Amino acid sequence: MKTILNKWSKNQVFWPIVIFLIILLFNGIVSKGEFFRMSIVDGHLYGRVIDIFRNGSKLVILAAGMTMVLATGGTDISVGSVMAISGAIACSIVDQRILPGLGGNVGAAVIIAVIAGIACGLWNGLLVAKIKIQPIVATMILLVAGRGIAQLITNGKIVTVTSDAYYFINGGYILGLPFPLFILIFLVGALILFTRKTAFGLLLESVGCNPLASKFAGIKVDFMLLGIYTISGAFAAVAGLIESAGIKGADCNNAGLNIEMDAILAVAIGGTNIMGGRFSIPASIAGALIVQGITTSVLALGVPAAYIRVLKATLIIVICLSQSGKFKELFKSRKVSNQRGAVKEQ
Amino acid sequence: MNKTNGKKKFHINNISLIITISLFIVMFVFGSVKYDNFLSISTFLNIFNDNAYLMIAGIGVTFVLITGGIDISISSTVAFTGVFSAFLLEKGAPPFVVIPLLLIIGILLGAGMGALIHYFKMQPFIVTLAGMFLMRGLCVVISEASIPISDPFFKSMALGKISIKLGEAKALNGKIYYYVFILLLVLLVATYVLKGTRFGRSIYALGGNEQSAALMGLNVAKIKISAYAISGFCAALAGIVFSFYTLAGYGLQNMGMELDALSSAVIGGTLLTGGVGTVVGTTFGAMIQGIIQNIVTYQNLNTWWTKVTIAGLLCFFIVIQRIIAIRSEKAKGKD
Repeated sequence: MKTILNKWSKNQVFWPIVIFLIILLFNGIVSKGEFFRMSIVDGHLYGRVIDIFRNGSKLVILAAGMTMVLATGGTDISVGSVMAISGAIACSIVDQRILPGLGGNVGAAVIIAVIAGIACGLWNGLLVAKIKIQPIVATMILLVAGRGIAQLITNGKIVTVTSDAYYFINGGYILGLPFPLFILIFLVGALILFTRKTAFGLLLESVGCNPLASKFAGIKVDFMLLGIYTISGAFAAVAGLIESAGIKGADCNNAGLNIEMDAILAVAIGGTNIMGGRFSIPASIAGALIVQGITTSVLALGVPAAYIRVLKATLIIVICLSQSGKFKELFKSRKVSNQRGAVKEQ
Repeated sequence: MNKTNGKKKFHINNISLIITISLFIVMFVFGSVKYDNFLSISTFLNIFNDNAYLMIAGIGVTFVLITGGIDISISSTVAFTGVFSAFLLEKGAPPFVVIPLLLIIGILLGAGMGALIHYFKMQPFIVTLAGMFLMRGLCVVISEASIPISDPFFKSMALGKISIKLGEAKALNGKIYYYVFILLLVLLVATYVLKGTRFGRSIYALGGNEQSAALMGLNVAKIKISAYAISGFCAALAGIVFSFYTLAGYGLQNMGMELDALSSAVIGGTLLTGGVGTVVGTTFGAMIQGIIQNIVTYQNLNTWWTKVTIAGLLCFFIVIQRIIAIRSEKAKGKD
């Protein structure tokens, strides 16, 4: 029993999941069990826990893409703006403001919005991989210009849509479970399979650890970077669709605002090194759920929303600090003596 | 070897600065030809009146960029300074306490981030990103609504101006606000510090190659932390100038200004990889943004075009930098 627990706790996913469960339990105790109550209305599952999964789906999707970007030692802070662009495009098409020839077809709107996200990702990837601009600056161009582009698409207005098919993206249910959950499982599952069942994940970690050595080892670093930023862009576009379907419109100023910070925070909580190298997408998913869980529980406790951002900023500094090698060195001497003690016991 | 290196850097710097200055002149001429009333002293002076805070913040961030780092927390510091000063003034604190206090907060924030970056080897963007969210969060904690400033000193700074009258014609008149002189002072001091002091030269050395700088015996910790502290100080000063300019503090003010400041520096010839840059160039970079803003207004376009154009311009300059860098690398290879 003890060895199994030991083995599990070594896994990167273990601690994030435990923390998430603790957050859920804490909420359950504070609300005297109200938190865990689930009800089935019209064959749909409702409940606070389900809400965390539904509201967290955007963040989980973003965090999955962000994990890969951070694993290469880069960053993508344009995801919020890409969300705004994809929401703006989809809503404008459904509302027949642009491309009226499509007749407000939701499927076409979704496809075009995702293509736009892919284009944004490709743009980031080109700047990072081919022109070799620092990722933070390269993606910052789109962070600022992106909202401008979204505003130009919607002509500076908040576009509202009335389409049940479009609402379904966020509010729909299949087999009693919210539809965003299925999008999440499909996208993230495909990504996990792709990175773990092919050599891609291993090559990715190698690029993150040492891009130059990877290049000499014959890995097409440029190509990989291009692909990863593209995936991040596409995932951001999907998250943007879920968000805009949730608010039933496109709000270019606020859609996905500051969500890049949450995504980076989620990945950091998951234990992936922000500097690049080893990564774990399942751990990032747990990290994203923790972030969403914190947000939900802080709101449920009646703390003003303003404090959440301060809390998250503090959290990210603490986590990054604990990942930094120098900080570990401070505690190293103590650990070494502990290990010696363990050896003696054996 | 040292000499040729110095020459090359000067060369790179020059090209960007020359492009920037000629671009500014071209845009000014373009505006003057296209629009009535554009060609005037007041148009020129208003670029400074409207962008003094951006220039000050840009000058601060140039120090960090030269060391090879990055600081994206400045826009939040500007907003925080505005909100907190408005809040304190509303509570009755005298401006001569409020202003030094906020400048000290700016310095401490910058130095704190610099220390995290240096001692714990954390990535500058992560640390300053967290700093950005911390300050932005604190803004909302202090007040979610915009707080007006009615302090007499702030008002006198906001409204005090020198009228310049060179002739009877309207185009020959203009006005310059007092707070623009703060900018000029910052510009002079920053130029002197970078060009004329040992500390300034060691900032360039650090950006050129951190390891060499350390081996040369430079105190890397002191230099790096000071650079971030200067950036924090300039951001706080910019925040005060901004509250002179708007006479209000609002937490959502200046979203995305960090990009404007960074692009001012880049357009003005600062290399993002560190080691090269001038504060005069940064000022010119901010002037170009001012003139783009003017043209967008005259053309009656959506204000978002300003952002899109600046992002485009930034891209253009970064690509030029890369081409120059790749060329010089190739030239090095030939040696």
